Amino acid sequence: MRDDMDGDRRGFLKCMAWAGTGALFAINGGVASSMGLDGAIAAPLKRTAAKPFTFVQLSDSHIGFNKPPNADARATFREAIAKVKALPVQPDFIIHTGDVSQLSRDDEFDDAEQMLKATALPIFYVPGEHDMLDPDGGKAFLNRFGKGSKGAGWYSFDHRGVHFVALVNVADLKPGGMGNLGDEQLAWLKADLAGRPSSTPIVVFAHIPLWTVYAEWGWGTDDAEQALKLLARFGSVTVLNGHIHQITQKVEGRIAFHTARSTAFPQPAPGTAPSPGPLKVPADQLHSMLGITDAMFIRGHDRIALIDSTLSV
Amino acid sequence: MTRSFKMLTFQAASIAAAGLLMSTVSVMTKAAPAPAPAAVQIGNFTFKNPVVTIKPGTTVTWTNGDDIPHTVVSKDGVFKSKVLDTGDRFSFTFAKAGQFGYFCSLHPHMTGTIVVKA
Repeated sequence: MRDDMDGDRRGFLKCMAWAGTGALFAINGGVASSMGLDGAIAAPLKRTAAKPFTFVQLSDSHIGFNKPPNADARATFREAIAKVKALPVQPDFIIHTGDVSQLSRDDEFDDAEQMLKATALPIFYVPGEHDMLDPDGGKAFLNRFGKGSKGAGWYSFDHRGVHFVALVNVADLKPGGMGNLGDEQLAWLKADLAGRPSSTPIVVFAHIPLWTVYAEWGWGTDDAEQALKLLARFGSVTVLNGHIHQITQKVEGRIAFHTARSTAFPQPAPGTAPSPGPLKVPADQLHSMLGITDAMFIRGHDRIALIDSTLSV
Repeated sequence: MTRSFKMLTFQAASIAAAGLLMSTVSVMTKAAPAPAPAAVQIGNFTFKNPVVTIKPGTTVTWTNGDDIPHTVVSKDGVFKSKVLDTGDRFSFTFAKAGQFGYFCSLHPHMTGTIVVKA
């Protein structure tokens, strides 16, 4: 039995090795470590309670964006989806961490939806600030992608023993502030988490980072601390964000934070440019700065492995 | 209390009436020139002239020079633009004196103030 699981996991990780330069990021019992893929494959195993599963994070597709460095964000999103379809182990579902569209136009939302439908996978969305630009301040997004959600579009669901929480931090933003969850959503989160055993692995996803990456550019969430306090008792928490169009990660206590690449255009590293506007990279470099994030969960290990890969062939 | 309030109301009404009379006269004598318009450029995720002081009646026009959309939204609900894509403009005429703080509702760290002084 144990050998089977062992073989499963090894085969699984080897399948993931196509990512090449992907970094494996692992948490085990609150102690975080990162290692290369080879090390992960060779790592000693604990008994696993269930078969592993994967899901994919897509982010910041900005359908409708057509300026340097990317004249067609639809085309690169299509490439990202083709990359998902080509994964040797198909994910159980996809999460999209916001900025689906550039300007919240119906045709932008519609194109994104049609392209994602072609995967035949369940898709879970949260809005980015670009998805709140219709005259009704986000209703167009909610009507299409937020059915059954609460408030500005938050919700939770369970999958194979993992509790997923989708948060919205782009609604009702305050002058001079950063991202914002708001009291209503925080109260909902408290109730949502109450009564769940601390051993439940948690994955939280939202558009703007839930930790302050760079305040000068508004890359953080003003009241994230209150959400993180509610999450602190859980043994394994993974926070997945987008918004900043580049990979950043850190670990604080038992919480691992990670931001994904965009499928549309890269943004500069914090403070390295006069503004966070699109990084105008040469055409031959663009694909190496766009990408997807593949997340693998091994039940019993309380660890999640995140593998970022680019759209470069 | 009531009396002084009434007095104040009466005075205010008188001043307003006088003001109306004067402005009517000035309209009759010469076409009142609207104050020169003011402009605020949006670039590098900032309102490039974050504090602009104008006279009442001035029209302010914001122009988005960024590759990313922005909005111009009053903190007190006085004015609110639609989303401004690259090159798009939004104009608002400030009739009354006061301080009008505003921000970009997409990137709320972007803030500015229009000061309207007679």
